[in-house]
Amino acid sequence: MGKKIMFYPGCTLKGVAKNLEDSTIESARILGYDFVELPNWTCCGAVYGLAQDSVKFTIANVRNLIKAQQYGKEIGDNRLVAVCSMCYNNLRRAHIDVMKNRDKLHTLNIFMDEEPDYEGNINVLHYLQFLKDDVGFDNIAKKVKTPLKGLKVAPYYGCLLLRPDEVAIDDREDPHIMENLLKTLGAEVVDYPLKNECCGSYHTVDKREYVAERTYKLVSIAKEVGADVIATSCPLCFFNLDRRQEIAKQKHGDFEHMPIVYFTQLMAIAFGLKSEDVLHFDRHYISPREVLAPWL
Amino acid sequence: MAMKRIGVFICHCGRNIAGTVDVKKVAEEIGKREDVALATTYIFMCSEPGQKLIEESVKKYNLDGVVVANCSPTLHEKTMRNAAARGGLNPYRVEIANIREWAAWPHEDNPEAATRKAIRIINATIEKLKANASLEPIEVPVVRRALVIGGGVAGIQAALDLADAGIETILVEREPSIGGNMFRLSETFPTLDCPQCILTPKMNDVAQHPNIKLYTYSEVESVEGFMGNFKVKIRKKATYVDWDKCTGCGECLRVCPINVDSEFDLRMAKRKAIYIANEQAVPLKALIDENTCIRLQFEKKVKEGKIKPKKNVKICSKCADVCEPNAIHFQNNEEIVEEEVGSIIVATGFEVMPAEAFPELGGKYPDVLNSLQFERLLAPSGPTAGIPRRPSDGKVPESIAFVHCVGSRDPQSGVPYCSRICCMYTIKQAMLVKHALPSTAVYDFYIDIRSNGKGYEEFYHRAKEEYGVNFIRGKVSKIYKVGDKYRVQGVDTLTGRIVEVDVDMVILATAAKGSEGVKDLAKKLRIPYDEWGWLKETHLKLKPLETPVGGVFIAGAAQFVKDITDSVSQGSGAAAKAMALLSKPQLEKEPLLAKVDPEICAGCGRCKDQCAYGAISIDPVRHVAVVNEALCEGCGACSANCPTTAIQVVNFKKGQIIRAVDVLAEVF
Ligand SMILES: Cc1cc2nc3c(=O)[nH]c(=O)nc-3n(C[C@H](O)[C@H](O)[C@H](O)COP(=O)(O)OP(=O)(O)OC[C@H]3O[C@@H](n4cnc5c(N)ncnc54)[C@H](O)[C@@H]3O)c2cc1C
Ligand code: SF4
Ligand code: SF4
Repeated sequence: MGKKIMFYPGCTLKGVAKNLEDSTIESARILGYDFVELPNWTCCGAVYGLAQDSVKFTIANVRNLIKAQQYGKEIGDNRLVAVCSMCYNNLRRAHIDVMKNRDKLHTLNIFMDEEPDYEGNINVLHYLQFLKDDVGFDNIAKKVKTPLKGLKVAPYYGCLLLRPDEVAIDDREDPHIMENLLKTLGAEVVDYPLKNECCGSYHTVDKREYVAERTYKLVSIAKEVGADVIATSCPLCFFNLDRRQEIAKQKHGDFEHMPIVYFTQLMAIAFGLKSEDVLHFDRHYISPREVLAPWL
Repeated sequence: MAMKRIGVFICHCGRNIAGTVDVKKVAEEIGKREDVALATTYIFMCSEPGQKLIEESVKKYNLDGVVVANCSPTLHEKTMRNAAARGGLNPYRVEIANIREWAAWPHEDNPEAATRKAIRIINATIEKLKANASLEPIEVPVVRRALVIGGGVAGIQAALDLADAGIETILVEREPSIGGNMFRLSETFPTLDCPQCILTPKMNDVAQHPNIKLYTYSEVESVEGFMGNFKVKIRKKATYVDWDKCTGCGECLRVCPINVDSEFDLRMAKRKAIYIANEQAVPLKALIDENTCIRLQFEKKVKEGKIKPKKNVKICSKCADVCEPNAIHFQNNEEIVEEEVGSIIVATGFEVMPAEAFPELGGKYPDVLNSLQFERLLAPSGPTAGIPRRPSDGKVPESIAFVHCVGSRDPQSGVPYCSRICCMYTIKQAMLVKHALPSTAVYDFYIDIRSNGKGYEEFYHRAKEEYGVNFIRGKVSKIYKVGDKYRVQGVDTLTGRIVEVDVDMVILATAAKGSEGVKDLAKKLRIPYDEWGWLKETHLKLKPLETPVGGVFIAGAAQFVKDITDSVSQGSGAAAKAMALLSKPQLEKEPLLAKVDPEICAGCGRCKDQCAYGAISIDPVRHVAVVNEALCEGCGACSANCPTTAIQVVNFKKGQIIRAVDVLAEVF
């Protein structure tokens, strides 16, 4: 059994993004960590994170943080890891928000009188941060069985890992954390200038064509700079970049498909975890199987 | 000792005070005090009849102290002191009670409270005044020489004005040539003069002026002393060439085998290990860069014992071999010289942020330059003879994009302020590109155009209408390389659309900051600066050239980035300030300074550590603190830190302050 670490999956990982969940948990296991799902976790608030009434938005996350506080005491570790960019962003922002605005925390603590008060000591981390700072890339390198030699990857961060500044996991204009991880896995990382561009986000619901245009651009430029795949950590970016290729292809005759993967899937492959139970390539619109065949 | 015949003069300030404060009632209340001989009011105390009233009252009532209850002492304290002095009272027996800013204005909605507060402020001021001593101003001698630091256009102007006024002036420039950033420019907005034509004559005047002593490739090492009497150490950096012999013929440059990036051309051209700053340098002298010269590097390694010289090896001395007057001696001729001056003008200018600081805007690519680098490519005397070419492949660009406000107005990745000159120079550069390459497409991305100077807006319209520059209102979010081109991705906020253009070159108008190293210099001078390296003036509106250190002035872009017109004006302004100071045989100084009571002083030195002006020393024999009156500014930091109250500021003694506070703190 590895060291227990609290893991916040979020709703998407429990549904469409099974490929993200399993590759995260299994890759962590290889590194000696047992990612335990936070007991009774609730919604992270998703888009409500952008709502005007931020007290309302903060409730759900502070409730999650309180649960982490209780369970953390049980397992003796205050770290709460999320891998979905949106969940990470919301949890971390909520924590910072109530730490800065003690009045708001007080209001929330009174409102949630059925729960203990939030004491403010939960360390919300994105999986990438955990890998870099707590595990260390040199330790990750030791676990690589199948180096991804020759695979050209475009790292794609989207917005939620980098903005606002106070929750950014790296330089918001020129991040390198994912690139450094991918290099550790043996992959060749291309200089992808659109790594922090907008994926179109929730416009995918009502303005599919608009998002398909973004996808067209993001994928075409990745192709132009020589990438075989785009790696991401966000289920929404994944969905837009992957699924919207269908419309992009209909609109642009010159468009060439490219598979989109989670960085955790690449890590799993490099660690030798290549079964469909972990990778779930059936969840991809553009299957990465062919492109990744040499390492599978 | 305490005063018994105090006169209190309450000003109406038109309706400013009297509209809220019941001045009649205030006079009545204050008049009840035993120590007050007269309490009266007048509509404008600062006016001629108002001053006369004070003067006459001092005589008539034989007043031994005066309180004027009016506006802030920064406005009229001096006027009131002079008025009382004309009546025969020592001016330091006059105090101001600020009942306008402290009572009338903040309590407009509650006249009764304002009136009560005014009475209290006056009572407190009287308590303080009662223990004021009569004082005489302090006199200090003056050295009739000036130092100007920084040989850009502002410093040049200051030095020339001082020298023309007959004041011996020392000009210290850290680069091998004077001229500053202006000398790098192609042409200057809005007149399109060439700086070589308009600045070179001034530079030569500096070199030839009998009253100017020029130290280039030199830096200020230390500054001691005070207004009228500064002692400055100047470090002349090693040139390895005898400048008395060097004729500037440039023969050595031709034979030196080493090529490195030229500082003057900001990496847009190369220079040799032995070099002359630029073709029109003043002084026109060669110097050797010790970090790249083969011989000096070799000698250094031998000295450090890293290599053993073999016998009979010939180490490069090509430059010395061709030097006709035998000026090149390879000797480290670094030297410290000392100068005494009465006044100092700091004109150290500015710098612009490097393009590399903005990777998201393509700063990492070779053809994405900052604005000053591009000036070199536009300059007829520059490395490309005024026809811009791409540094990566020498190609003449068919399209160029300019981006304004890079790092300016952007606290997250740069600075919060507007860098003020970039709109105008970008317009100029766009125009010059069109002039040199009429078929090149020019895109100018701006947030808004700030063309607020004489002839500036007209200049902008010329660029639009005569030259056909494409002005696009909106911000650029990203610049990246696609094939051989640079893709500029931005938004046109007028049409609300995303715009993308592929261009051959991009010029970033990067934010301006104070010169590198200016903070160290400011510390030596004990003058304040801000986080961005701008030197701080005493008052932004009314004392823009002064600093809190008497005798030290600032001019040009060192204070904040500005154009040539403003830099030159400030250069002349600072020179005039210095002249006013140096024209006096003796300087008078306010006597409101720290004083030590040697009976109480324990010599602990806490005051010395607190003094920002270095005015306190500990007498090693008597073991007590001693104040240098010429240096002390009377700020009181020492006194607040003295455990024994031995050091106190005259007329701001602890007892005085406490009595005043007691009155103020009484419950209503
Ligand atoms: C790209 C660009 C284009 C421009 N175009 C125009 C234009 O067309 N028209 C216009 O009016 N203005 C223009 N300007 C503005 C112009 O350059 C400035 O107004 C002018 O250079 C300011 O002069 P200055 O003497 O105050 O400072 P600077 O020119 O910066 O000179 C300062 C001098 O002090 C020296 N120095 C610095 N620190 C020290 C130190 N510690 N010790 C000794 N010496 C030191 C420096 O080496 C330098 O020589 C432009 C600016 C830029 C960046
Ligand atoms: S000694 Fe040689 S390398 Fe050094 S400056 Fe002279 S010519 Fe150049
Ligand atoms: S001068 Fe113009 S370009 Fe420069 S910061 Fe100000 S607005 Fe921006």
